[in-house]
Amino acid sequence: MSQATYERIRANPKFQAFVKKRNSFSIVMSILMIIAYYGYILLIAFDKPFLATKLGPGLVTSIGIPMGVGVILFTIILTWIYVRRANTEFDVEAEEIIKEATK
Amino acid sequence: MSVSIKQILSGLALLALAGGALAAGADLGQTTKQATNWTAITMFAIFVGGTMFITKWAASKTKSAADFYTAGGGITGFQNGLAIAGDYMSAASFLGISGLVFASGFDGLIFSIGWLVGWPVITFLMAERLRNLGKFTFADVASYRFAQTPLRSFAATGTLVVVAFYLIAQMVGAGQLIKVLFGLEYIYAVMMVGVIMMMYVLFGGMTATTWVQIIKAVMLLIGASFMAIMVLMQFNFSPEMLFAKAVEVHSKHDAIMGPGALINDPISAISVGMALMFGTAGLPHILMRFFTVPNAKEARKSVAWATTWIGYFYILTFIIGFGAVVMLIQDPAAYYVPKMVDGVQALGADGLPVWDGLKGGGNMAAVHLANAVGGNMFLGFISAVAFATILAVVAGLTLSGASAVSHDLYASVWRHGNVDSATELRVSKITTVILGIIAVLLGIIFEKQNVAFMVMLAFTVACSANFPVLFMSVLWKNCTTRGAVAGGTVGLIMSVALTIMSPAVWEVALGHPKGTAMFPYASAAIFSMTAAFFVIWLVSILDNSAQAQKERALFGDQLTRSETGVGASGASGH
Repeated sequence: MSQATYERIRANPKFQAFVKKRNSFSIVMSILMIIAYYGYILLIAFDKPFLATKLGPGLVTSIGIPMGVGVILFTIILTWIYVRRANTEFDVEAEEIIKEATK
Repeated sequence: MSVSIKQILSGLALLALAGGALAAGADLGQTTKQATNWTAITMFAIFVGGTMFITKWAASKTKSAADFYTAGGGITGFQNGLAIAGDYMSAASFLGISGLVFASGFDGLIFSIGWLVGWPVITFLMAERLRNLGKFTFADVASYRFAQTPLRSFAATGTLVVVAFYLIAQMVGAGQLIKVLFGLEYIYAVMMVGVIMMMYVLFGGMTATTWVQIIKAVMLLIGASFMAIMVLMQFNFSPEMLFAKAVEVHSKHDAIMGPGALINDPISAISVGMALMFGTAGLPHILMRFFTVPNAKEARKSVAWATTWIGYFYILTFIIGFGAVVMLIQDPAAYYVPKMVDGVQALGADGLPVWDGLKGGGNMAAVHLANAVGGNMFLGFISAVAFATILAVVAGLTLSGASAVSHDLYASVWRHGNVDSATELRVSKITTVILGIIAVLLGIIFEKQNVAFMVMLAFTVACSANFPVLFMSVLWKNCTTRGAVAGGTVGLIMSVALTIMSPAVWEVALGHPKGTAMFPYASAAIFSMTAAFFVIWLVSILDNSAQAQKERALFGDQLTRSETGVGASGASGH
């Protein structure tokens, strides 16, 4: 690909908007992940008794276990949401921008 | 695969009663080597035979340096996702985490979550940029617009340090396993792993390594699923009933249901969290896998599948750890080492016999559980899988280390890119042999370490040296060669130095008295990673050299390529 193609892509306002949109989506998703994980870790550091609280009277399972498994499932779901949007919506937009620059 | 699993399942019903016979041999206490287990050895031999066949096929496809490093970029996203999972689900995580759950319950869950949360970070920030900018190594990406010699020298150093720590964990795992699984000496395991791994990498390159990792991932997921199902089945698939029984029999009782000693101070907690979360995005053997797929779309798919399999696997290890609590503690004669005093087993105050730790050590909980739920045949299967795990991870690590030496140091730094594919390939292969020998030596030197902690060290270096440089070079316009190299070097030195001064190494590994460690926290990451980012920023903004101006001017092109994939190496779509 030539230098000129890169310049044409950059000159396209759609490219700037596209990069901005996708990057802010990435950042929002990253922040959600960071909140979920560090929230859990800080809870462990500052309030161990809360995580050891039983789910109900007569139960052994503590609240920390479904929460921990929840963080694992949240991680997987968040990843798929990003990949799905990037592989459909974002890729289509990127294709369009490339087409406009190379035609 | 389905046939062999069916056979194993039907065999299990017959063998269930015989379970435990293997581990009940005469045991001297200090040594943990068990009677030779031919079932396990045979299954492992079948695995090695099968993978050698694949290696032979892969060798016929491995002609250029590109084939050797990245399998020619022809792996699909789903396949690569399994291979990444196979690369990442190391013996250290399988045995280490289930061992931690066995010892402390809930703490094991905390640990496993940390090992998963780096994947979204890679997905959101790195995966497609890596694919769009890189060719063979992560240094290709980090040095895209920078001076090649300093940046690649740094990246290769970062790669080799991480690979060395990670290798130690794998080789020690191999040695520990072979004693308890196959009944062979530690040293044989270490040498066997070295030799078989070298054959995969030397002849089959990335193609063979990928397929070994895929097969191993599938076998490990099937084996672990089976164990978790067998455990849960005894409790009518009620986790509550499983936990209730575990609390009843575990010496710590209800304490295993809440956070224990793993996280005590918030600084250690955040620091360990940072090492795991951002370290994953700095592991060279993982980053390298993103160059094996044809385009960014497949790169994203790889990481989504990898996250799915790894997350599922960690849920399984948690169940397996609790299963081990329930099943092993109740049968100490089969799985524990008797505590001997003057040649007879000691008796406690309650008149009951006293037992030392698990046979083969705390990391063997999952392996003993395999025997408990599936008998000798399934133990053989899990043993073969655990060993295959080590082979697959070690092969990936070696390939990554070899590419850093041959592609970054030899071809780019020393020969300034004036080298043909055949020569570069030859250097890779020579390096593979040297790294294989080093791996064997490291395995011998570090025999007595806790393997899970050794992997943590690798993560700390990866998040403090490799990740900041990669992140800033790709995403920050004003980053310069000087900034990246200075910051990365500070991160590397600080992470290694502070880690050596931390209790896990200074006191536990080096044997200094308790309380003498100069660095009190569990991980250096919070300091070393922050310092790396700060120095990259500071040195970059102070850098007004002509080179720096040129590098900033190149950012636009780099951004265009990283965001759209235009001009990406081997991209098929555009």
